[in-house]
Amino acid sequence: MQLDAEPMIDLLAEKIGVLSLDTAIVGIHTGGVWVAERLHMLLGGDHPFGALAVTLHRDDFASIGLHPQKKSTEISFTVEGRHILLVDDVIHTGRSLRAALNELFDFGRPASVKLACLVDRGGRELPYHPDFVAMTMQLNADQELELTHDAATGDLRFDVKPKKV
Amino acid sequence: MLTANPQLNADKTLKHLLTTEGLPKKLIEQILETADQFVSVGDRDVKKVPLLRGKSVFNLFFENSTRTRTTFEIAAKRLSADVINLNINASSASKGESLLDTIDNLAAMNADMFVVRHAESGAAHLIAQHVKPGIAVINAGDGRHAHPTQGLLDMYTIRHYKKSFHNLSVAIVGDILHSRVARSGIHALTTLGCPDVRVIGPKTLIPTDVERMGVTVHHDMQRGLEGCDVVIMLRLQNERMSGSLLPSAHEYFKSYGLTADKLARAKPDAIVMHPGPMNRGVEIESGIADGMQSVILPQVTFGIAVRMAVMAMVTGN
Repeated sequence: MQLDAEPMIDLLAEKIGVLSLDTAIVGIHTGGVWVAERLHMLLGGDHPFGALAVTLHRDDFASIGLHPQKKSTEISFTVEGRHILLVDDVIHTGRSLRAALNELFDFGRPASVKLACLVDRGGRELPYHPDFVAMTMQLNADQELELTHDAATGDLRFDVKPKKV
Repeated sequence: MLTANPQLNADKTLKHLLTTEGLPKKLIEQILETADQFVSVGDRDVKKVPLLRGKSVFNLFFENSTRTRTTFEIAAKRLSADVINLNINASSASKGESLLDTIDNLAAMNADMFVVRHAESGAAHLIAQHVKPGIAVINAGDGRHAHPTQGLLDMYTIRHYKKSFHNLSVAIVGDILHSRVARSGIHALTTLGCPDVRVIGPKTLIPTDVERMGVTVHHDMQRGLEGCDVVIMLRLQNERMSGSLLPSAHEYFKSYGLTADKLARAKPDAIVMHPGPMNRGVEIESGIADGMQSVILPQVTFGIAVRMAVMAMVTGN
């Protein structure tokens, strides 16, 4: 099954509305960065932009080891005292969000962090709640929602697939 | 037991790091890519990630080395491990305790990782074969045999400045015979597909069968450096100077010291590397060591990230 993510991004931008000028937009690799890039354009203004890789703070390191991945955290603005809009494509257990917050705090103490997600798919295992969400849906634990670029149009879409074991 | 590569788990992930020889290309590339993620950790407010939280890393240095021990210590601490430094010269070994007894005692203190530097070739292998599953061993230099993290950090540095190993010419200059750095570098370079690796040095300091490692030999440094992209200088160990292998430091510098004149034979954008510690005026001219083409200090910085990558990979697997 596929879901067009483009209208969700527009809706999410609408819900976020106007950000204060000093708010930075930070995406979580990989899907969250794509969404954050689009929001960065849609919301206008000259907001600082960053990306977080959560590999180094994952809580399943002891059981599954280090994920080989080429994505790195890129935060080139001052985090200390700044308002942050954190962006991810999907919120599920909340574990990658915890890792992302830890990674973010390694750069300083932000004034506030708000969370925007395209999809809240339920299944939370930690007490996190998005401030802005475009769509809520219930998926089984053995299903996975993957954000991809359509090869032909470049548009973003979700593929609903069985979870990789 | 000798058929399987003792460095690898059954699923081809890294179990120990003992040598770059026989390390699959994919794994070397994975180490370098993992190190990318760690380079920036040193620039943050909080220079620490929690991957090795609660793990105990024992630095076992049976042979002195301030720099290598320090970079391993920093790497382990940035991964949140507890680090215990043992200078064995000054402890049990001098009281007659055997190497494996020392290891057993430390393992009984619940060590998770041993970083081993030893004057005897094969010491790290011996320890790796002896320890229980779940304990990782990293070779920080064994005799003339291998110094894999140095070899890998050299690869990281080359890749950083030159992007790819294809079409590269790399010259390694100096005491190849006694150099574990040279050996580890050569194995990594050939595995990564570097088409032209040259070793340059006097006949007395080049092993006789070195061509079998896939390198070409030059005794004339000017000719050897012609058109190369990377120059790796090796430290001339002072203890070799007194024997019959070399005439004198002054003579050596004249023939094999890296000077502006000689470096001019390499490509204009060639980088100059050195594993340290340097003997200025013996193997390298001071102006070159501090010059525009020198990447000797970035090597040190990258070395921490590469060691973090290796430690994280052997622990996670």
